[in-house]
Amino acid sequence: MASRLQALWGWFDARMPSVAEQWKIHASEYYAPKNFNFWYFFGSLALLVLVIQIVSGIFLTMNYKPDAALAFGSVEYIMRDVPGGWIIRYIHSTGASAFFIVVYLHMFRAMLYGSYKEPRELIWIFGVLIYLTLMGEAFFGYLLPWGQMSYWGAQVIVNLFGTVPFIGPDLALWIRGDYVVSDATLNRFFALHVIALPLVLLGLVVAHILALHDVGSNNPDGVEIKKLKGPDGKPLDGIPFHPYYTVKDLAGAVVFLIIFCIVMFFVPEMGGYFLEHNNFIPADPLKTPEHIAPVWYFTPYYSVLRAVPPLFNSQFPGVLAMGVAVMILFFLPWLDRSPVKSIRYRGARYKSWLAAFVVVFVLLGYLGVKPTTVWGQFPDWPFLDTRDVATWVARICTIVYFLFFILMPWYTARDKVLPVPERVTV
Amino acid sequence: MKGLIKNLAMLVLLVPCTVLAATAYRLDSSPHDVRDLVSLQAGARTYVNYCLGCHGVQFMRYKGLGEFGLTEAQIKENLLFGAEKVGEPMKVALDPKEAKAWFGVAPPDLSVVARSRGADWLYTYLRAFYRDPKTVTGWNNAVYANVAMPHALWTLQGEQGWDPKEHRLTVISKGSMSPTEYDATARDLVNFLVYVGEPAAANRKTIGIVVLFVLGVVFIFAYLLKKEYWKDVK
Repeated sequence: MASRLQALWGWFDARMPSVAEQWKIHASEYYAPKNFNFWYFFGSLALLVLVIQIVSGIFLTMNYKPDAALAFGSVEYIMRDVPGGWIIRYIHSTGASAFFIVVYLHMFRAMLYGSYKEPRELIWIFGVLIYLTLMGEAFFGYLLPWGQMSYWGAQVIVNLFGTVPFIGPDLALWIRGDYVVSDATLNRFFALHVIALPLVLLGLVVAHILALHDVGSNNPDGVEIKKLKGPDGKPLDGIPFHPYYTVKDLAGAVVFLIIFCIVMFFVPEMGGYFLEHNNFIPADPLKTPEHIAPVWYFTPYYSVLRAVPPLFNSQFPGVLAMGVAVMILFFLPWLDRSPVKSIRYRGARYKSWLAAFVVVFVLLGYLGVKPTTVWGQFPDWPFLDTRDVATWVARICTIVYFLFFILMPWYTARDKVLPVPERVTV
Repeated sequence: MKGLIKNLAMLVLLVPCTVLAATAYRLDSSPHDVRDLVSLQAGARTYVNYCLGCHGVQFMRYKGLGEFGLTEAQIKENLLFGAEKVGEPMKVALDPKEAKAWFGVAPPDLSVVARSRGADWLYTYLRAFYRDPKTVTGWNNAVYANVAMPHALWTLQGEQGWDPKEHRLTVISKGSMSPTEYDATARDLVNFLVYVGEPAAANRKTIGIVVLFVLGVVFIFAYLLKKEYWKDVK
């Protein structure tokens, strides 16, 4: 049996040797630093979630109807009448949030260990592009259940494009394909969600991984393992990705799936954060909900949007700030002037700024899911344009968010860094 | 600096005030239990008799009531008023256009109302109707101000009034049920709506436990495999 399989493989290999070659390049002879820690699970987990979303998405598509009159009902049909339908749907809805959790942690890992720094700038850029595409994917997908939050969330976000000077209204009209979010919008969002953006996403993921495997992985020490090679030409601190990291990531993936299943089977709504309560009310274009909040993963940026006061009766400054808040991520590799990569050898300044950044990001996210009145109001002072305490807190957080990036060239250049060891520490 | 401290103090002081100011009618915790089949059957009976005339549960099929321990014959005999076959969805016979003319708003389908409103809200709402001569229907609700719906269960509960000073409901006249009996009816009804909101919920948890157990076992092997490979990494 074994020899027959070998013969078959030999036949295949003789005709397509690139398969074995690619396996070597990307797995069995891809040398990864041996000191990866907890934070290094999230890359492979993001890939796992991508696969989960694509597979569960395919099955949802078999029963979902992208029609304003049928969409809401078809989701409930999946939940009740399709055998196993509720599992598929909860996998997909939990997967959406899990994707962002994993991607946020993956991005935070890059910030902890300076993984975006030379020579990995391209990996970072592809990563930010993936993040942007993912935001689009999530936004288009969220309209599909056609609940109140789907509808009004889409309405609000499309209207953001309407605030762009001069071309705004036409732009919003072009996106919606109608004067309001309607059946036409639902149909095109469906097309974008199930094929256009997933294709882009897959392409970007391939580019992200190819770029990574060309320069090699960073590690928690921020040491370049390729600098020190043994007589065999292999990095002294590197181990082949397969089998070492495939088995390690496998164990990590199982832990992830356990957490995933706890949410999926026991708290699929996650207290209204993964599946919003209002989204169980069918979309009604004539009834605006009292409080419209995007799903939790967009709320840090939504907070930025709300925090910026309008100028000349236009909300565009807020929209611009929100856009810049995301786009500024692209420049991170060039804003960071530190001679060291890893937080382990950075000084107090970067550590403090990063801590502040995490705090304001979480705070902005929290405030984004709440109405601006959540923390009450200041007394009626004449110089305040809004009395909502939460809005003022969001404004301060927004300023800190931007200062983290804008001041980065200075505080990273002046930081007192520690000497970086020659080899990785385990 | 002084101003800042003052502001912060103000903030701390103001938070509880605003929370109090926004106080709505307090929701009671719903005592429903979707594993209680007797309660689900009672809830289905009340729903079909008192609610289904106006509020459909169109994503639920009559057949699905079999999950409460009812046979198809029992469903046909006792619950199937608005349809021909048990496989049909529990739709409402009311024409939505006429309903809109009568009530000002078409009564919504309640298939997933327990998921949008929550069980506590429903349980409190069903018990919080009171007489209000200012409204068109003569009824109002402490949880849902100026609701278009009249009190459909008033013959059971009796009539309540509203004491705006004390911010509470008062008894005007008794219904055919005692307050305890009425609360139990409301509980059964909420139980039914919670079940209908997500019929898969009961199964979901059972399957979840099995899946978690399997994953737990897989983890042991995955972990041992990792350990075995990694013992030569120094």
